Amino acid sequence: MKLKALGALLLSAALVTVAGCGAAQDSKGGSKGQSAGLVTDVGGLNDESFNQNAWAGLQKAGKEMDFNVKALESKRDDEYIPNLTKFAREKRTITWGMGFKIQNALEKVSNQFKDQHFAIVDTDMGGKIPDNVAAVTFKEEEGSFLMGVIAGSMTKTNKVGFIGGITSPLIKKFESGYRAGVKAANPKAEVKVVYAESFTDSAKGRALASSLYNGGTDIIYHAAGGVGKGLFNEVKTRKQGKYWAIGVDMDQSKLAPDHTLSSMVKRVDVAVYDMMKKVKDDKFPGGEQVQIGLKDNGVGYADTTKEHVPAKVLKKVDDFKQQIIDGKIKVPANENELKKFKP
Amino acid sequence: MQVLSKINKQSSIFTSLVSVFLGLLVGGVMMILAGYNPIQAYIALFQSAFLQPFDIGETIRTITPLILTGLAVGLAFRTGLFNIGVEGQFIIGQLAAVIVALKLDLPPVIHAIVAVIAGALGGALWAFLPGYLKAKRGVHEVITTIMLNFIALYLSNLTVREWLTDGADKTKEIPESASLHWNMLSQLFDSSRVHFGIFIAIVAAFFMYYLLWKTTTGYQLRAVGYNPHASEYAGMNVSRNIVLSMMISGVFAGLAGASELLGTAGYQAIQASYTGIGFDGIAVSLLGGNSPLGIVLSASLFGILTYGGSNMEYVAAVPREVIRVVFAAIIFFVAANIVRWVAQRRKKKVIDKGGEGK
Amino acid sequence: MNAVEMKGITKRFPGIVANDRVNLTVKQGEIHALLGENGAGKSTLMNILFGLYQPDEGEIFIREKKTEITGPNIAGELGIGMVHQHFMLVDPFTVTENIILGSEPTQNGMIDQRKAEKEVQAISDRYGLKVDPRAKIRDISVGMQQRVEILKTLYRGADILIFDEPTAVLAPKEIDELIVIMENLVKEGKTIIFITHKLKEIMRICDAVTIIRQGKFIGRVDVADTDESRLASMMVGRDVSFTVDKKPAQPKETVLSIRNLRVKNSRGVDAVRGLDMEIKAGEIVGLAGVDGNGQSELIEAITGLKSAHKGEIVLNGKAITNLKPKAITHRGVGHIPEDRHRRGLVLDFSIGENMVLQTFDQKPFAKGWTLQYPQIFKHAKRLIKEFDVRTPDIHTPARALSGGNQQKGIIAREVDRDPDFLIAAQPTRGLDVGAIEGIHRRLIEQRDKGKAILLMSLELEEVWQLADRIAVIYEGKIAGWVDPATTTEEEIGLLMAGGQVGTEVSS
Repeated sequence: MKLKALGALLLSAALVTVAGCGAAQDSKGGSKGQSAGLVTDVGGLNDESFNQNAWAGLQKAGKEMDFNVKALESKRDDEYIPNLTKFAREKRTITWGMGFKIQNALEKVSNQFKDQHFAIVDTDMGGKIPDNVAAVTFKEEEGSFLMGVIAGSMTKTNKVGFIGGITSPLIKKFESGYRAGVKAANPKAEVKVVYAESFTDSAKGRALASSLYNGGTDIIYHAAGGVGKGLFNEVKTRKQGKYWAIGVDMDQSKLAPDHTLSSMVKRVDVAVYDMMKKVKDDKFPGGEQVQIGLKDNGVGYADTTKEHVPAKVLKKVDDFKQQIIDGKIKVPANENELKKFKP
Repeated sequence: MQVLSKINKQSSIFTSLVSVFLGLLVGGVMMILAGYNPIQAYIALFQSAFLQPFDIGETIRTITPLILTGLAVGLAFRTGLFNIGVEGQFIIGQLAAVIVALKLDLPPVIHAIVAVIAGALGGALWAFLPGYLKAKRGVHEVITTIMLNFIALYLSNLTVREWLTDGADKTKEIPESASLHWNMLSQLFDSSRVHFGIFIAIVAAFFMYYLLWKTTTGYQLRAVGYNPHASEYAGMNVSRNIVLSMMISGVFAGLAGASELLGTAGYQAIQASYTGIGFDGIAVSLLGGNSPLGIVLSASLFGILTYGGSNMEYVAAVPREVIRVVFAAIIFFVAANIVRWVAQRRKKKVIDKGGEGK
Repeated sequence: MNAVEMKGITKRFPGIVANDRVNLTVKQGEIHALLGENGAGKSTLMNILFGLYQPDEGEIFIREKKTEITGPNIAGELGIGMVHQHFMLVDPFTVTENIILGSEPTQNGMIDQRKAEKEVQAISDRYGLKVDPRAKIRDISVGMQQRVEILKTLYRGADILIFDEPTAVLAPKEIDELIVIMENLVKEGKTIIFITHKLKEIMRICDAVTIIRQGKFIGRVDVADTDESRLASMMVGRDVSFTVDKKPAQPKETVLSIRNLRVKNSRGVDAVRGLDMEIKAGEIVGLAGVDGNGQSELIEAITGLKSAHKGEIVLNGKAITNLKPKAITHRGVGHIPEDRHRRGLVLDFSIGENMVLQTFDQKPFAKGWTLQYPQIFKHAKRLIKEFDVRTPDIHTPARALSGGNQQKGIIAREVDRDPDFLIAAQPTRGLDVGAIEGIHRRLIEQRDKGKAILLMSLELEEVWQLADRIAVIYEGKIAGWVDPATTTEEEIGLLMAGGQVGTEVSS
């Protein structure tokens, strides 16, 4: 009896934890018929990353431009289709799909609801973008390049690190830009690259960070979602001023204020907002890939960067930024381009 | 194992129904405490599962793998084994199916059949290992199956990244010829993703019933589950039956994986964590009293709650985590056999009173 | 003075009345027997006295004072101690450690081992228990372990001692020793309640006896005024015959022969050590011996449940050593196992399903892969009728049947397969007199049909009554063969304890 009760408790606990946390959010905008929906990927709305960012941008657009906006969280991959379908069936003016994971689902649903408009973030859909879909991508490599410049300039050990999430072309963009940036700023510096093969396992992130730091690395940049939390947890325990972390997607300095050099911010909110403006103005770029980079202020470094990065270095970063905007430097976005890259 | 046989015996339809009711009640109380309206939420939940043909189709699709994983757990339970590895066998089923779907070039229908069989065999193989270790070495299957879940997950990720793709995070879409998608069925439900897998699941449920209660094999499996010592005395090969039971259980789990992949997803992605469908099978099986019909019914309930849960979140703004709490509460009440407990207390009271009266 | 008086005790459990207005009066300083069949309610009554159950009705007086015994600790304070049938001892601990467990004498927070040992020794000497306080439990004999249990209650100051079927686990010599101890205890002013269903022992040592049947109080009689057969009929509710009617055996050809057999027990130690035995068609060979001398291992080796690492078992001229149980069954071995719940039945199967435990996959019960339930049920119905298994129907779970009916079911199944060689291990263990009679008749009937039968029993009486030849097993070997017609209890007792006997019976 005891054993059985214990088993039941464990099972109950397991069932609850599988669920994770988070909730649907509803923000009432106007009711003039213009409306938008947002379907998150499995990260959920409170991912402190791009789902949350996008939702902030959409809410802002809703308020300022009188859209009725609503979000649906996806807990599992197989929920993308029902969630997108739900918005499409409500005849929302535009339905957002967040993240490259949602691509297959969005393809199917957009094909089924040809009269509806959709937008997807972080993927070009393999180059075949349907007419009723706009694909928004970021030039993460450009932002990451700037992080590389900071890391390369500030390393004392000439060893810097990179923690990736799941190996994929998207994360390779971060890696390539970062490595190019390090190379441009400090050719002698070595970049240690590791992948967690997860976007959620923060314990693994911490273990990876720890071994990188122990191996002589003093600055680590991550593009690994929730895994990155482990990096900040680790760096916090180490000597201030000697070990540094660089965040991604949003300004992550609050996770370890004294140990965060900078964050590569990806302004998903800006991208979503801009797109909503186009929708409002009836200029929906269907079938197009909208690429947002340094020039459009879609990527960049966080405002808090100046806290720990000396003005001298910051000036160098701004120089590189200008060169990229001017097209003088073409930042590599994959392994092949990186091999050919000459600063 | 005594615990298992107890669970086998005690489950009754009545217990299950009362547990479901109590589970919903607990969920309702939680909603009230959190300031939501439970009646509105539950109405939204059950409505949305059947609101439109599309939703009905999607609900059926959600139910499909739950039936199969429930059967997988239930069959093992019947033989006195706790197969926690359904999740891993599910993943291997997916992997085997996607490999056949992508790497073989076969005519339609045959391609799908071969892929489904591959999934079933993959699951069986993955369950064979713990079964063999239990039978020959006495290693407890709970330990081995949990470990094999991890191996399955990362093996699948590795295979997708290194072999099936060139470093991508998911495979290509499987060809039409291997898909379990059935246009007619899908159209019937307004282009939802309901697929042929539901028929596989129902046939599997019938098979489990026939196997366990109508065949000599089933007689042995049940005998070994209830009392391995007597089975040994009667000349049954206990080890062989343990291995066999695990393998059949694995076949069900593998079929669940294969049908999910070939019917619903269409590709295998790198997964950071488990889908949970295999673990849900434990809950389904417990609620269903480890009987095939019970499992189909309880899988239906869990499917409706799961699919409807997202709509409840949408319409009534109630976090769907409440639904997981409802799941957990239901299982808690089933396992604690609340009905029997109450009945016994009441009986005791009656007796006590009778005693005082005289 | 009455040491214990229980008046009108009633105890109900869901579905049954375990005790129905039972009276028990035990005088100070007497040995009082509590007699009843299994399930008559003896244990319930004693558990009430020991504080484990609360009665629904009735009153209890201890030393003429009305008391409520709400727990075993209260019973302990009242000086009531129980010597359990299944010893509650910690094997790797010493005698003293076991005795003081739970009430350790301490000095500065440390257990005062020496003081405890002295006390134990003193009590042991006083009652003639002859226990070494420093010996480890696992190294001492069953009889000695029982004395440790007695010491435990004495150490805690008990003067009313309940003995729960104490002789069931003992060899004849040990029983004699126990009786001396009980007499010593009474001499020192203790009172003893002696739970048993063995009439001989009651006649031998008890002063009075209370009989209960089916939860009801039947009567209290002084032993001086009664005899065995009157006690038996009070216990069972009808007249019982004690003698087994049988003609002399007519042994024919040898069915089973065992040569130099060696079998390890579960701990990897040889339990059967070079055993030889022959059993002929038409005879019952009784295997007598104290529990744990290799009986179980011998039977498991014959039936293929354990492998022998040396020696040979030949059935009808063909070796069956270390074959699979199924093969051995098919070659004509029937087996009524020692532990019917563990081995003999799948308790959660219906009694009908249990009737085909070995034959379910053979015609006509199976056709290919599918079970033929109509045939199975027909078969089960016939057996249940023929062997008088009392069950509501064949779909009742075996668990719900009484022990006697479960055993009858097993015997029906085994005998009906018509084996040449039948093993009956403890076939009447835990059964009441009425059921025992029927089972004994069945075994004789099988013998007269020309079967070879090996009867293993820890009840010497049973072996004596049924067997045509008795083999006494000691430490995994046959210590000697005796003829039940001419042997004496002394002779068998000596062999069971490992002594040598000059005469040997040739067969």
